[in-house]
Amino acid sequence: MNLTGLTIDSARSAIAERKTSATALAESFFAKIASDDPKIGAYLMLSQERALAKAAAIDRVAEKGEPLPPLAGVPVGIKDVLVTKGLRTTAGSKILGNYVPPYDSMAVVRLEAAGAVVLGKLNCDEFAMGSSNENSAFHPVHNPRDLTRVPGGSSGGSAAAVAADMAVATLGSDTGGSIRQPASFCGVVGLKPTYGRVSRYGLIAFASSLDHVGCFSKTVKDTAIMLRTIAGRDPMDSTSADVPVPDYAAEIDRPIQGLKVGIAKEYFGEGLESETRGAIEAAIQKLASLGCDIVDVSLPHTKYAIPAYYLVATAEASSNLARFDGVRYGFRAKGGGSLSEMYRRTRDQGFGSEVKRRIMLGTYALSAGYYDAYYLKAQRVRTLLTRDFEEAFKKVDVIVGPTSPTPAFKLGEKVDDPLAMYLADIYTVTANLAGIPGISIPVGANQDRLPVGMQIFGKHFAEGMILRVANAYEKAA
Amino acid sequence: MKVTEKEVSHVADLANLELSAEERNRMVRDLNSILGYVESLNELDTSEVAPMAQVSDRYGVDESKEGSERFAYASRDDVREGLRKSFPRDVALANAPDTDGTFFEVPKVIER
Repeated sequence: MNLTGLTIDSARSAIAERKTSATALAESFFAKIASDDPKIGAYLMLSQERALAKAAAIDRVAEKGEPLPPLAGVPVGIKDVLVTKGLRTTAGSKILGNYVPPYDSMAVVRLEAAGAVVLGKLNCDEFAMGSSNENSAFHPVHNPRDLTRVPGGSSGGSAAAVAADMAVATLGSDTGGSIRQPASFCGVVGLKPTYGRVSRYGLIAFASSLDHVGCFSKTVKDTAIMLRTIAGRDPMDSTSADVPVPDYAAEIDRPIQGLKVGIAKEYFGEGLESETRGAIEAAIQKLASLGCDIVDVSLPHTKYAIPAYYLVATAEASSNLARFDGVRYGFRAKGGGSLSEMYRRTRDQGFGSEVKRRIMLGTYALSAGYYDAYYLKAQRVRTLLTRDFEEAFKKVDVIVGPTSPTPAFKLGEKVDDPLAMYLADIYTVTANLAGIPGISIPVGANQDRLPVGMQIFGKHFAEGMILRVANAYEKAA
Repeated sequence: MKVTEKEVSHVADLANLELSAEERNRMVRDLNSILGYVESLNELDTSEVAPMAQVSDRYGVDESKEGSERFAYASRDDVREGLRKSFPRDVALANAPDTDGTFFEVPKVIER
């Protein structure tokens, strides 16, 4: 049995049927990481002790023949923006290089309560700011499908770990596409749920009104199981929604005949690379052949999404990142001087260039004289972008399109051009502004064997619907 | 050029950043490039459009209720050590770069 190739379901049943043990499973993943991760760079930190203790506890339950929880013994990895008690958490930043959190984020609590085994913390762009994982303060991540290319970002380590069999499933965060775009680049399934579906408690904040916790896995069914585990109201996050959590995995096999699938022309315009377009059009044909009605819809404000997004996101970031001042936690710059000089030196030395750029842009957009013209304007456009989806969803059940305009690009290709990098998020940011759920699933590859991802959007709290369409495609492909 | 070097210095001040001369130059260039791009938002007449600060104003709450009632689920009893028991002092100080065991220590703030 190829232990590192297992899905959640197959791993759990292999343990339940005593074909393997949670301990053997964890050990085989650590061996795989030791042999393959040096060339990929997905992990920033491993948690052998915590993982093996958890695995041993699962094995004791299995030996007694008692019922196993839904993720019993399933090895998972956690993006390093989610805090883990006693396990260093850096957010990919030098400023948190030695931070050891005193508590666990809610998504991690829920995964472990369901039996999951946490293998370690996954690399990402600093404070989740980036689309290529090259903004990690520690080292970049290489795409397992082609080591000369980026894995996408910001959750590049989370996507690469699943693609390279170094975790069965992983947690990520998505503020403007940071789960869906790397899922598409690495050829795995990545889900950003509805805003409020999953608690943000313990997620190191980037832009609070846009930040979402979500997951990566090899199959749609595994994503359904992961979502059910981490979703639900949490009193520690007042924006987490008090909406019942369905058994998503039980819903995904329902037929999709007659569902209305929307295609927005704005997602097929200039800038969409031709092979990517071809792969997406073929996938849409597949959905049609499965009995879906393909319906044209319009999302007329799409071209304003990136400008609105980068103003809202950086404004919120400039406020959220004010807490990193070298006093209560994290790095403090050496040298004498006043308190204010200490703050400045600490932040100058602790933050990387993209983070500083975004803090500057956000501070500018919020500053006296510019607030109305930039920040408030962007919030008004956010309303228009959200209305676009509301109108479209009056006509259709889901909307599909490309996740990214191109497949994975080369390492170094866009590092010197922030605007070009931002445009990699052109199809993903609107879902964050509107708070609707989106999933990226693999739909084949281009001539260079680079994966292409198709994105499926749904109405608020309609994760069951997008998972159902994704699952039907996956089964048929 | 919308943003001058002087403005970059002012904004860096507001953001508690110092920035090297090289970083400042680069920041002038990058901010102008990005702000030039976001200029397109002005093509839209938004005078009648309300700003949207967050998603949960509209979704995931009981829509039959109004105002603060809608978010009633998010409130908790105002009791001491209710939901959030605070960390013991040693845990709260454990990650600090400098403490005296009781307080966080910082460079002197008040000159006398």
